[in-house]
Formats: sequence, structure tokens, C-alpha cells
Amino acid sequence: MAGNIATLTSANFDETVRSADTPVLVDFWAEWCGPCKAIAPVLNELATEQAGKLQIGKLNVDDHGDIAMRFNVMSIPTLIVFKNGEAVKRLVGAKGKGQLLQELAEFLPASR
Amino acid sequence: MSQHSKVLIIGSGPAGLTAAIYTARASLQPLVIEGEPSSTSDQPGGQLMLTTEVENFPGFPEGIMGPELMMRCREQAARFGAQFLTEKVTKIDFSARPFQAWVRDQHYTADSVIVSTGAQSLMLGLPEEQRLIGHGLSTCATCDGFFFRNQEIIVVGGGDSALEEAQFLTKFASKVSIIVRRDTLRASKIMQERAHANPKISFVWNSQVTKIVGDASVSGVELRDTVTGATSSMAVTGVFVAIGHRPNTDLFRGVLDMEDSGYLITKPGSTYTNIAGVFACGDVQDHTYRQAITAAGSGCMAAIDCERWLEAQH
Repeated sequence: MAGNIATLTSANFDETVRSADTPVLVDFWAEWCGPCKAIAPVLNELATEQAGKLQIGKLNVDDHGDIAMRFNVMSIPTLIVFKNGEAVKRLVGAKGKGQLLQELAEFLPASR
Repeated sequence: MSQHSKVLIIGSGPAGLTAAIYTARASLQPLVIEGEPSSTSDQPGGQLMLTTEVENFPGFPEGIMGPELMMRCREQAARFGAQFLTEKVTKIDFSARPFQAWVRDQHYTADSVIVSTGAQSLMLGLPEEQRLIGHGLSTCATCDGFFFRNQEIIVVGGGDSALEEAQFLTKFASKVSIIVRRDTLRASKIMQERAHANPKISFVWNSQVTKIVGDASVSGVELRDTVTGATSSMAVTGVFVAIGHRPNTDLFRGVLDMEDSGYLITKPGSTYTNIAGVFACGDVQDHTYRQAITAAGSGCMAAIDCERWLEAQH
């Protein structure tokens, strides 16, 4: 657990994305992936700023390849948004914060 | 809100970061708008962020990982007071001084500008590419090689980056075919020797990929023989493209002088562009050498040109 970001594993993945009362953004990443490291600070910021609207979890594809395979992840970073346990949106490749917010706008009710 | 700096550096590969180290040491407190995360080389740190081991950068006899080299350069610049903004410039206006740049609605002004936005890898330009990126078609071998364990894949291209990617991918794939447009390679001799010595690598000469086949993910490619025109198909699950680069100069079109290919034109032997006070360094103005060390060298030149130009303004 790093700040507001949940560490997802083969053991807790299904439970986490199913039971969440907000959409869950899952970051499929690995230690050896440069672009994955580059978006880590962006995800940390989003987790703090969007707390209560969007939950963020990280899944290490090296350690939990079964989950990555289940969702046909063949490129990282891949970000998948889950709503009630269903994968509803998939973003492939690292993106900046502005671009990411735009892509995620449909899941972030404008309450401010 | 507007922020002013003496030196604005756009881009943060070896050229931009070297310019930042030099101008920061000269107490010019540069602002580096370093770019935003991406899975292409158009990202903070530039092309080296997608490479593995760099063996030819002087001072690292054991080699150094590309991303680590860039992280160290960034730290070095920060140590002397360079400021970083992890965003991508969206608009510029160099028609009057101070020069202006925007990141969306954020406004920046500067007495001088160093352009070091680098180059990004070319794609094949096939309509199915957008659909298949991340589903077998990759822009980042170091990110995605892992997913092709024991699979047969191709690398398209005949230069050093193609051969380096192929070499790296043999750690995972069972077979890597390199699709080369001609019957020779552009790559350096040492890379060619390594590729030829690698039993998992084979070459398909005089061939061009005309189509990537696959619904949910890549299942093969169609090839055309560039000599006979004959077509053939090949079953592969992964496609990695390394056919060259294009400079990241869309932002400066119509403002800075550039070649038809988009590379910025600098005054020979210097980093001066057509606008006094705007300098260019690194791959954005170099289609000949395109090395980390030459980019760093020209970044140093830009910093010195810039520093002297600023002094002469008073």
C-alpha cells in the first residue's frame, strides 16, 4: 500500500474490483518498465485528488501474471477501469495527467 | 498566472538535460518543461527511456541502463537549481520578447529558449495500427517483451535500434525475424555481428510489412517483396517497429526554420536558429549522428550559445 493506492494481487484482485463502491482504475505495471515508473507519480496525485470518486490499484504483472493474462494485457502500462467488477475502459500506454483526466472524465462526476 | 525564467528549455533528453546542467551552473535558473509520460520516446528523458543497456556513453565502462543515465542527468541539473515541469508545451509564440510558451492555460515567458524536443519513432502508417497497439503491436520492446515468452515475433527495421530490440526480445521470444526493406543493414558492425551470432534471430530481406493481421490481437503479418512484388504472409503474435524517427517539431512549424523532413535548421557550427535567442540542440536538429553523447554535446553548445547571447543583451 502506497498512500491511497491499493496493491492488488491474484488473491485480492476480484474482491477489490467487485466490492468497491467507486470505479477502480487498475494499473498493470512492472519494475522493469520505464513508462510505468513515469506515470507512478501521476497516479499517486490522482489517487489523492480523486479520493472518494475513483479508487486506484496497482497490479505487478511479474508477480501476478495470471490476472494480466486474464485481461489479455500484452503491453504495459495498461490501465483498466472496473465498474462493479466489469472492465469498462482500457487505456494502453503511458499518458500525462491532463490526457488521463480527459480519458477518465466519464468516471469522475464533476462535484467541485 | 504567468511564470518568467531567463532560460526555458523544452524537452529533457540528453541534449535538454545537458543544457539544463550548464545553464543551471551558470546561475541562469532554467525552467525545463520536460514533456509528459508516454510509451513512445516523446517523453521525459527521451529515447533512452525505452532502451536497456547503453554501452557507448563515455565514463561507464560497465554500461549503464538508459533510464538510469537520464535520471542521473536530471538529478545533476536539479542539484544546480534547474526547475522541472512534467508537462508538454502546447503552444509557443516566439514573435516577440520575452518569448512565450503555454501548457494548456498556464503561461510561461522567457528571455531565451532552448529547443531539445528530440525525435520519436516512426510507425508503419497502417490503418490497423491504432487498433492493435497494446495487442501484439508494441512501441516499447523493453516494456512489452515479457509478454511474448516462447512466441514468434518480428522486428521491422534494419538500423541499430531494430537490432538492439531484436537482441533484447530474444530473452523472451522463441524466434525473432527481422524484416528488412533492402538486402543490407544500416546498423553498426558490432550490432550486425551480434545479431548474426544469435541463433534466435533470422532476417527476412527485401521485405515490407503491408498489413498486420488480427482481430483481438496480432496473429500475423502480410509481407511484400520489395524486388519482385510477391506477397506472402507470416504467422507471428508480436510486431515491434524500429524503422526510424521523426523530429518532434510540430509545435514550431512556421516559426523555426526546418527541413522538409521537419528537422530544425541551425546555423552551421552553432545551435542558433533563425530567431535570435532561440537555440536548438539534440536530435531535433540532427539526423546524422543521433547519439546520446552528440545530443549531450550539442546541449552544452546550446547552453554556452545561450549564455553568451543573454550577456550580449545587456
